Order: sequence, then structure tokens, then C-alpha cells
Amino acid sequence: MTYKNYILVCGGTGCESAKANDIFQNIRLELEKNDLMEQVQIVKTGCFGFCEQGPIVKILPEEAFYVMVKPEDATEIVEEHIIKGRTIDRLLYDAKKDKGRVHIENIDFYQKQFRIVLRNSGVIDPDSIDEYIARDGYLALEKVLFEMKPENVIEELKHSGLRGRGGAGYHTWKKWNFAFQQKSDTKYVVCNADEGDPGAYMDRSTLEGDPHSVLEAMAICGKTIGANQGYIYIRAEYPVAINRLNEAIKQAREYGLLGNNILGTDFSFDIELRLGAGAFVCGEETALLASIEGKRGMPRPRPPFPSVKGLWGYPTTINNVETLANIPVIITKGGKWFGSIGTENSKGTKVFALTGKVNNSGLIEVPMGTSLREIIFDIGGGIKDGKKFKAVQSGGPSGGVLTEEFLDTPIDYENLQALGSIMGSGGLIVMDEDDCMVDIAKFYLEFTVDESCGKCAPCRIGGKQMHGILDDITKGKGKITDFDLLEKLGHAMRRASLCGLGQTAPNPVVSTVKYFKDEYIAHIEDKRCPSGKCRDLVVYSIDAEKCIGCTLCARRCPVNCIDGEKRQPHIINQELCIKCGECFSVCKFGAVLRS
Amino acid sequence: MAMINVKINGNDYKVKEGMTILEAANMVQVKVPTLCYHPDLPAWAACGLCVVKIEGSPKMIRACATPVEEGISIITHDPEIVEVRRTVLELILSRHPNDCLRCPRNNNCELQELSANFGIREIPFEQRLRDLPVDDSSPSIVLNPEKCVFCGRCVNVCHEMQKVFAIEFLSRGFETRIAPAADVRLNDSPCVYCGQCSAHCPVGAIYEKDETHDVWMALRDPDKVKVVQIAPAVRVALGESFGYEPGTLVTGKTYSALRRLGFDAIFDTNFGADLTIMEEGSEFVERFVDKKGALPLITSCCPSWVDYLEKYYDDMIPNFSTAKSPHEMVGALAKTYYAKKMGIDPSKIFMASIMPCTSKKYEITRTEDMFSSGYQDIDVSLTTRELARMIKQAGIDFPNLPDEQADSILGEYAGAGTLFGATGGVMEAALRTAYKLITGKNLGKVEFEATRGLEGIKEAVIDIEGIDVRIAVAHGLTNVQNVLDKVKEAAARGEKSPYDFIEVMACRGGCVGGGGQPYGANDRVRQLRAKGIYNDDSASKIRCSHDNPAIQTLYKEFLDKPLSEKSHKLLHTKYKSRPLYNK
Repeated sequence: MTYKNYILVCGGTGCESAKANDIFQNIRLELEKNDLMEQVQIVKTGCFGFCEQGPIVKILPEEAFYVMVKPEDATEIVEEHIIKGRTIDRLLYDAKKDKGRVHIENIDFYQKQFRIVLRNSGVIDPDSIDEYIARDGYLALEKVLFEMKPENVIEELKHSGLRGRGGAGYHTWKKWNFAFQQKSDTKYVVCNADEGDPGAYMDRSTLEGDPHSVLEAMAICGKTIGANQGYIYIRAEYPVAINRLNEAIKQAREYGLLGNNILGTDFSFDIELRLGAGAFVCGEETALLASIEGKRGMPRPRPPFPSVKGLWGYPTTINNVETLANIPVIITKGGKWFGSIGTENSKGTKVFALTGKVNNSGLIEVPMGTSLREIIFDIGGGIKDGKKFKAVQSGGPSGGVLTEEFLDTPIDYENLQALGSIMGSGGLIVMDEDDCMVDIAKFYLEFTVDESCGKCAPCRIGGKQMHGILDDITKGKGKITDFDLLEKLGHAMRRASLCGLGQTAPNPVVSTVKYFKDEYIAHIEDKRCPSGKCRDLVVYSIDAEKCIGCTLCARRCPVNCIDGEKRQPHIINQELCIKCGECFSVCKFGAVLRS
Repeated sequence: MAMINVKINGNDYKVKEGMTILEAANMVQVKVPTLCYHPDLPAWAACGLCVVKIEGSPKMIRACATPVEEGISIITHDPEIVEVRRTVLELILSRHPNDCLRCPRNNNCELQELSANFGIREIPFEQRLRDLPVDDSSPSIVLNPEKCVFCGRCVNVCHEMQKVFAIEFLSRGFETRIAPAADVRLNDSPCVYCGQCSAHCPVGAIYEKDETHDVWMALRDPDKVKVVQIAPAVRVALGESFGYEPGTLVTGKTYSALRRLGFDAIFDTNFGADLTIMEEGSEFVERFVDKKGALPLITSCCPSWVDYLEKYYDDMIPNFSTAKSPHEMVGALAKTYYAKKMGIDPSKIFMASIMPCTSKKYEITRTEDMFSSGYQDIDVSLTTRELARMIKQAGIDFPNLPDEQADSILGEYAGAGTLFGATGGVMEAALRTAYKLITGKNLGKVEFEATRGLEGIKEAVIDIEGIDVRIAVAHGLTNVQNVLDKVKEAAARGEKSPYDFIEVMACRGGCVGGGGQPYGANDRVRQLRAKGIYNDDSASKIRCSHDNPAIQTLYKEFLDKPLSEKSHKLLHTKYKSRPLYNK
């Protein structure tokens, strides 16, 4: 049966929390009311990526791309678009400038993207295995089961040049090969879905939009290395992804694509979920394994590597969600095809969660080697409110800042590392002129200090001490000798911490000191925060010349520390002021001064 | 094992494959500093002090956890490595009270030693203490989390060596602390008081409850008759506190020191051990030959083991020997037999015991059976470490003391009695007497090699004139658990128990490796101390407990015979199931 129209409603966590589910239900009710259910299919898909403009509803075959849809728009969508065949202009994306309202093919956000990992997100119903299969799903597994030997699969991965997308960028084929070489009757496949970087949601969206791609890849891995059991370690804070995975596992079992004797062969493989309790360190593979084993999530020294001695002491391949989602495509299209995308040593694409002070925040997938400028200005649409770009943090709390001079550097593993950052799992947080770099470094460090498991001394105490120094600096208590201490601490933490968390925790500090030393010096020597972020260094005052006595600031002040008669200049009581900046932002006359 | 070639600091060596870099370096006289590593435990890799480099890589790796590989060139010391180690050490000190003068580990602290070696003169980081409360709820062990350096040894000992799971890491990051799960107090946790955590702690975060003050007070009391006993394993370890090699037998000097401290009579727990053999040996014969009672019979002299059984294996209580521990037997007799014989009012007797053990502090009030004399049979139990401190405090020049003798009636012992100090010793002593009890004959060769040594579980079939006695000896509670599980699994399958008689000691190596012994125990030290025990036995004129004339007199004059009514009242006890957690 063919439908007249297909309505795709985004079911990603971002859109769901903006009432996408109500939109879905309302459109359905409208369709039912108009007796259109036979002619129109409505589907809840995974993330479209353009989260800034969510909730998103896309209607085929017209390719109408409706943004910022509200539940009450349902009637109009059905009556106008479906029944009368008229595109609803006001819901189309407003490309501004001179382009006006546009369809998806004219949205800059999508122009430079290239989707492998997110190939099905926003396209299929993630709860339908049939739709996955219709888009070549499980073809790769079939190929691996019937046409390929484990060595061929590893060879294909080697040609592809695929490297781990979880952060470290280790060659995937090597991991698989180590586990394959181990002689053991019991082996495991583990999918690391413990995504924890602030602002990052690549893995969540992949699992929400296309859960079967990960299941298929895990089964391929199981067949290749000789494992019969897989685990997906996923954060309990990802309920949508968990539900979709559970549904996908159920359907795959029903179709004989998981469980005993897959597709009639003698290969059996099954997958279970293990929910993480929200500890960032459990994204570190050895801590993750400990957690699956029911122990406290703390890293252990490597070697032995999990490929040799992993879960319960057995050889275990651990791959991140995004890494796995690439694999079915590599098998069906060939490693050489995949290897033709990207840069010399970084192949394929990378999914980034683009957030911060950028116009089009969202989830994007671009070929390796794309420049930051293309990502931030072409795809991301530049900086919000016409402000000036200052820096972008890549790699989450383990990464570093990249400044304007590096906007044209092609992004790949090597280049980022050379600049003192890392690829990490793919968070990109854009900062503008209003952001204080000391404050940013302190923010990230606070995160890693909070998330340190406490096992090793350099991370447990070093992070805390480093944070204390930054805190002093932002409060005007910094000393010029703090630079030496930060360097000393950074070096010791990098060299002597047990796991990646501690080794990379100083990165935001080291890189901001490197590129924004003058800002640190302003805090330390002049007791001044150039961007006005550090409350303890900011003084708000009212310019009596400019103040017209409108009383707005006094009314908005949460601690009532602004006095003044109507139409008379107001005064801020400095002793009571908590430096929230509310008066500064509400004053329409530029009378509130920040210094 | 295959040998491989490595370079260490530029020199070529052949080392065993599978060794860690730390072990390889130690072998060639290079000491890499460590704080968390302990040879009893798997490498935990926490402290970050043992970092080394492999030539050609800027990375630093942990020597404790990284195995050597063919052809690698290891650099253990260069200016950068030393600087990183120093920073880590400064960080650890910035989170430590550094009140060494008031610390139980003053002069005997691994952190203090590192700090001295690194010449730390100032700490560039802010002192960040957390004001955590001391947990002194346990009768045996005090937990001071403020001093903890998170080496993880105590938790790993408790989990890996002992399978007790009393303490855990709670919270995370800088807020991490070590405490029983769910933050209950130590005394309400599954802790069995073995004190291995305290013996492994590198600093003053876990230590024995110091009760020397109570003993000093008693010694000053003119109305009290002060008596004391020393355990078998004390005599081969106390000397270490005064510069002797581990295993040096200092029995005579210990008696002498105790007299100078002011004790009126010196007894020996070895006498109690001989008595235990008479009671427990008879119990075994009763169960094994006369088929009265459950088999296997399991020894009961170790109070941590008693507590562990009551908490984790209470279904095996019927298998437990009802004989009290030697030290409790001596206590009961001091306030009955000895008091009567000497014409002393038992209420005036102050009985102290010097034990290699923190658990004995718990044992002395374990049940009402520990008051069998009508008074608390043992008033205070001190560890070897506490006695060493008292001797030093009293200004006694220990190495130059004359060798003295114990006082008669509760002080004479056979070689068998002293064997109790080492793993397998109770079994060996029991077999010597069981042989006599079963066959009526004396053994030609009294040594049973099968029960000796540090193998975690020792199994043997002993031929007693054609009768096979199947024995097992286990030390370290993880090994004990494995043995007991074998017994339970056999029972579940409806099969006969694989053993007739099992000896259990909670601590690795037995009492020589007890939680109250001088610091620094490892397998080498345990072996040397055990050697001292075996030397004491082989030098004894009387080797078997039943030949000890003082024991024979005791039965003749007071107890009648083993397992008599009076024996049961004074020398035996009962057991009960205990919950892992008290509310």
C-alpha cells in the first residue's frame, strides 16, 4: 500500500521534551478525525539533528521541513498541508538574509553534512525493524555470516581506517583482531553508550534514531571475534534510547537476527542492556567493565587490555556507539569506499554535537577534515546575536579550546591533538566574546573533579587543587606564581593519572592558559574579569548622567539593593549587591555600568 | 619460566617473563617508590608514585602493574620522573593531617619515610583536610579516615584476601572515603576484627585500639595481682621492634621484659595451646572414632575465624570444635586453678594477654563463656605492637635483657604448643596427640611436613596405623571459604565430606602473620617467623602436648580428664549465628 503522504515527527529526546509527542498525537487525532489514516502514514523518527529549530515535522513527498512546531499546529498541518496540499509557509525554516522561508534542500545546516552514522536518523521509524531492513539493514550481518571469514571482516575494517569514536581514536580493526586472536571459549562484545560529556548527545541520538545499526554491528563483531554475548552499557538517564533499544532487541530476536542460530547458521548471539548510574568515569572502558561486573566503577591498569582480559577476565571488544554504527555500512559498501572519505589518517565522518553560542545548535555529521569554520559558520550559521567568535571547546571536559587562528584547520585526530585538544566523543561548544576563559576552564575542571572516581592520587587531589587555584583566580585572590603551580599540576596529572579522565582533566586549563594568558593575567594582576563573568571581580554601578530613574532595575533586583526615587538617578548598594547582572541586562539606557 | 632481556637504567639484565617492572627493578637493587603497592595484593595502581618510562616514549607507566616485555629499556629515575613523583607526593601530603608526632604510626609510616626520602620541606598546595570523624566503635580496630591516603590496601585485603567485605570506598573524587558499606559503624559491619587492614595500612588510618593505658593503670595498682601470658607467634616477631631479624626467638627476653614492666607472674599461651590439643584432640577422636558429632571437625582457636563462621557459615556451627582458644583457657585457669593453688582472691587478679592479634581484643568479651571463672577471664588483650611500645616507654633495653623463664603451672609448654603460631601448627600438634589417643603409641617422627608452608590450602591424608585421616589446612579467609565450599558442595551432592579435620586461621601464614604483629609482614617475613616457631618446637625436649608434665598435673589436680564436666565449664564455648550488619 502506498500512502499519499508521510509525516515524520522527530522523536529525539530534545524534541520530545519540547512536546513532540503531543504534536504526534494531535496530528494523529486530526488524521483520524478527517478519516485520513489510510492515506497518510505518520511516523515518529529519530533525531533530525537541527535541534535548535525543534520540534521538527517533515512531510513527504513534498519535503516540507517544518520547524518549531507546536502541538496546536496539528490542525493546520492536516487541514492545510495534507487536505488542501498547501505548504504552511510560516512553519518553514526562516533562512533570514534574503533567502526567506526555505525547504530542506536550501537549509545551510544540512548542506555540508555527510551522513553515514546518522543515515537513518530522521528517516525511519526506529521502532520498526522492517524500515531498517528496507534500508539495507542486516544486509551486512548476512554478508558476514554467509560470505565472509573473520579475517575478511577485520581486513575490511583495516581498509576502512575506522578509528574509535569514543575519544582515543584507536584503530577498530586492531581491537577486533586482538580479541579474535585470543583463544577462549567465552568472549564478549560491549557497546559503550555511557555518553557523559556535558553538551554531548551523539550516541544518544544514534541509539534513538537507529538502534538496529548498533545491534547489527555488535552481532557482526560477535561473529568476527567469536563471542556469543553482547552488553550495551547505557546511562539510565537515556530512557528514550533504552526503550528503543529494548524494542529493537525484541524485534531482532523475533526475526531470528539475535538469539540462537542466527539466520539458520550455527552462530548464536544475544544482547542485554546494563544501565549505568551516571558516573562519568564509567565511560572509561575498564571502569565500565567493573561496573558491568557489579563492582564500583573504577579504572584498572592496562595492560592487560580488555581485548585480552576484559569482562570477568575474558577477551572483550568494547566499541563506542558511533564506531559501531559505521560498521554495517563499511561491510556493505566496502572498507575502501569508507577509506576514501576523510583525511589521511582519519577516515569516514564524525558526528558532532554543536552547542553553545552558535545560531544553529544541533547534531551534525561531517567528513573528517572539515574545518571548524565550515562547521561553526556554514553549518552552525555563525555566532548568536552577531557577537564575536572567541573559541570552541572540542572533546568536552577532556579537550581544550581552539581559537580563531585555527578555524581553518581540518579537523581530524592528529590536528586536534597537535593543538592541545582532542577529538573526544564529539562535543563542540562554541564560545563568544562574553565568555571568560578562566571561568570556562574552571567549569570543566569542576566537572572532572566531581566525576573523578577518587582512585588515583594525581586525579583525586590534583584536580581539586587545580580547581582551588582557578577558583582563587576568579575571585581575585590569584598570584602570578599560580601559573607555575598549574603547570606543575597539569604535568603530574597528565603523566601520573591512571586513566584518561585524570590524564586529560588539565587540558581545558592548559589550553586556556596557552591561548588566553592575558585573560588570566587580567584576573590575577588587575583583579579584573575582561568579559565580566567572574562575579567577585565585577562591580556594577549606575551612571547618574544616563539614568532616567525608570526604576526597572530596582524592581528587578532580587536582593533590593538598588535605591532611588522615580525619575531620579538610582544607586546600587555595593555591600548588598550579589552581582547577578540583572540590572545591567535590563537597563535600556546603558546607565548600568560593569567594571 | 622463560627469561627475557630488558634494560634497566641502561644496564642489561635477564629477568623472568611475567614479572612486573617493579619486581624486576627490585631484583637489580633499584627501589621504585610505592605507597599503594603491597606484595600480598594484586597491583592496585592508585598512588601514582611508581611511574617509570620506557625509552622512546614520553608516557609514564606504573611499574607495579606493567609486566616486562622482551627488549624494553626501562628508565626508573630521571629528573622528570622524580619531579612528577614529588608533585604526587606533595598532593598526597596536602590532603594529610601531617601531625606525625601524635600519630600511631610515627616513626613507622611509609608516607613519612617517602616524605623524608624526597626531602619534602614545604608543600606548595593548600592544605585540604576534610574533618572526617574517627570510627572507634570496634573493640579491635580504629578507623581514622582523615589520615587515609586511599592506597586501597585495606579494602583489597578485606575483599581479596579475606572475603569479609567489611569496608568499601564510599563517595567519589576528593570526597572518597573508606568506611563500611552504607556508612554503618565498623562494629556494626561484617568486620571480623582480623586487623589485616591495620597490618597493611601504610599510614595511621587504621590501627589497633590502643589499650596500653589500661595495663599501665593496673600495673600501678598495688591491690592487683598482675599476670600475663604471651602467644606463640609473639616470641618470633617482637624482636623486630628492637632490630632483630624476623623469626628471631626472643621468648626469654620477653618474659624478662614483662617482669620488669611489673607483672607478678608470667604465663605462656603455649601452655593453653597444649591444653587445647588435649581437649580438641579428644573431641576429634570422639567424633572420628566414636562417631559422636559432626565431621569434619574444624578448629576454633582463631577468634576472627569464629566470627567469620558465625556470620558467613553459621550452618556449619555443629562442625566447630567447642574448645576455647588457648588464650581464653589460660585466662579461665588463671582465675580458678592458679588462684586457688596460690591462695589468691581471683577478683584481685588482673590478667593481660600479649597477642599477635587484634581480634583477641574482641574475643575476651565475645560471650558469657569468656567469664567462666566468674570474672572476665582476660582483662586486657594487647597486640605485639602495643607491648613493644610499652617496653620502649619503660626504657627497657630489650636486646640486653637476660633470658628468663615463665612461671610454673601455667607456663610450661611442649613443642606442639608453640606450633600454634604458624599455619598448620594446630593440625600438626593435634595429629601428634590424636595418634597417641587413637593408637596408644608414641609417634616416631613427630613432624608433619604436609601441614607446613605458605600454600593457601594444604590437603593431606594422614595414615594413623592404617586409618586414613583426611585433613585440610587453610589460612587467609578466602582460602578458608574455598575449603568450606568444597565441604558444602559435597554435602549438597550427598557425598561424604572430603575432609575429617580442618584447621583454619584467618590470617595469611597463621598467627605469625597476625593483624597485631609488627608492621612490614610479607611472605618472606611470615616464612622467617614460621621458621622461628619450628626452631622453638624442634629445640623443645617435650614435643607432644600430652607429654607436658604441667598439663598432666592440671588434669590430675583440677580438671580430671579431657572433656570432663569441669573442662566443659571452663574450657569450652558455644556459637551462635550473627547478622552481617547490626542495625
